[in-house]
Amino acid sequence: MDVITAEGLVKIYKTRKQEVRALDGLDLSVAEGTVLGLLGPNGAGKTTTVRILATLLKPDAGQARVGGYDIVTEAQRIRTLIGLSGQYAAVDENLTGRENLWMFGTLYQLASDTARSRATELLDQFELTDAADRVVKTYSGGMRRRLDLASALIGRPRLLFLDEPTTGLDPRSRLGMWDVIRSLVREGVTLLLTTQYLEEADELADDIAVVDHGKIIARGTADQLKAQVGGERIEVIVHDRTRVDDARRILSGIGVGTAKFDEHTRRVTVPSDGGAKRLATVIREFDDAGIVIDDIGLRRPTLDDVFLSLTGHAAVEEPTEGEAA
Amino acid sequence: MTATSTARPAAASGTLASAARDALIIMWRNLKRVPRIPELAIFAVLQSIMFVLLFAYVFGGAIPIPGGGSYNDFLMPGIFAQNIVFASGITAIGMADDIGKGIIDRFRSLPMARSAVLAGRSFADVIYNLGILVVLMLSGVFVGWSVHTGIPELLAGVGLLLLFAFAMSWLGIWMGLKVPSVEVAQQAIFTVLFPITFLSNVFVPPQTLPDWLQPIAEWNPTSTLTASLRELWGNPNPYATDSFPSQNPILVTLVWVVVFIVIFAPLGIRRYRTLSR
Repeated sequence: MDVITAEGLVKIYKTRKQEVRALDGLDLSVAEGTVLGLLGPNGAGKTTTVRILATLLKPDAGQARVGGYDIVTEAQRIRTLIGLSGQYAAVDENLTGRENLWMFGTLYQLASDTARSRATELLDQFELTDAADRVVKTYSGGMRRRLDLASALIGRPRLLFLDEPTTGLDPRSRLGMWDVIRSLVREGVTLLLTTQYLEEADELADDIAVVDHGKIIARGTADQLKAQVGGERIEVIVHDRTRVDDARRILSGIGVGTAKFDEHTRRVTVPSDGGAKRLATVIREFDDAGIVIDDIGLRRPTLDDVFLSLTGHAAVEEPTEGEAA
Repeated sequence: MTATSTARPAAASGTLASAARDALIIMWRNLKRVPRIPELAIFAVLQSIMFVLLFAYVFGGAIPIPGGGSYNDFLMPGIFAQNIVFASGITAIGMADDIGKGIIDRFRSLPMARSAVLAGRSFADVIYNLGILVVLMLSGVFVGWSVHTGIPELLAGVGLLLLFAFAMSWLGIWMGLKVPSVEVAQQAIFTVLFPITFLSNVFVPPQTLPDWLQPIAEWNPTSTLTASLRELWGNPNPYATDSFPSQNPILVTLVWVVVFIVIFAPLGIRRYRTLSR
């Protein structure tokens, strides 16, 4: 059963001179107990989608239901079902970790005692017990992010929205966050996750929806999406630039399409369907032709490739913007 | 999935009791920051003391009090009023800061009363202002100010100040919700709050203003509040004219309080509900 359904969502931001269509007819569904990764570059409409589904923003057109309730007319009911953790650590800097959790718990309408014991539980789960009674101002970025996620979980929501949960975190904190998210998913939480990291979607999501310019442009499992770009391919880095044409001719004969050459990396690529044994053929034929190879490999497509082939542009247009936020 | 699947409420949400509970939690949160950022309160007090010293010793000698009386005795009620007007600027900045840091988003995603974040803030402001007032009144006694009437009048004056603080807080909340950032809030409050404090009877007689400006200064809520306090506490109020606000300062102040709340509370709550960035 679908916990989230959205049809034709449109959101237009008006600035002084121009209109920006942040969402341009976005359709979405998320089945109960699954993880959907909303993948796209900055400005694709991921955050706007989450803000609309989490009842923070009204769409200009379209409908959506969360947990069976309408996002516009039954917003308050939806708020009792969801937890939201955004790309900003939205906690009170002047309260301690424990005080923050107690506050959000009681505002989630838990009884004061329940909120207090739930806070202790979460502080323990997120390894914040030692810092529990320190003011959040003194926390590191990773600790704040964990506290933010803990705040979203205080009312044991069945449905969780995580908007770029690891943006701006160092690699170690990111791995830690992934572990936390995986364990939540094991407990049966339905999760809608946005990310601009292809690796992250691949790692955490059952299903991936690729967003670009306010629309879903592809949907499927990571493997399905990769298959859409084509299967595996052989990549050869040629040592001598003058032998590239020969290399392309040989590879085109072995692979299942025309070999392409990338000037910058001296890389010749051809789609293939024969698995690893084709590599042996390539090496033998290159050897016979006297072409020196720097590197050779069988590559499976990454989600980066998926994105590039779907949208015609790279996945991360402005890599620094997300970091700054 | 059903609505009852999550851990369920202490108070049924949507009732007045649960709205009050939510507002009290927010009030607690706002008051917690006072001891944790003591500089905020300390500078609020120091700023007022600076104004007292500046006017008492720099300008005070040049501003005669018709009918006699000490300048400081005349000045202090105005300082109390001014302090409350300025405090609403802190409210605006605090609100803009909460939005910028994203915590307002979290509150808006919670099943809590829509009025609570704003009401809690204004309740906290009243208590905060009471604390600042006590410190200022004690400082006032040092420079020669006192209440020449009795305890009931003292309490009435403090009550009026706090009502005014509550009303001004809603103006500050609304301004904080309207501006796009903390920096803009800082600029905006000067533009709005300076005329409210200085275009008044706090420091100088309104009679010295140009004819067209004089009624504005007399109807200014800071003036009517200051005049009310001087009247209640028997402090010199030498600039009273025959105008209606001069003759009925308490009534006009109370009307201002109601007008501010009736205008800015609904505007603020509406803005909060539709807030988007």
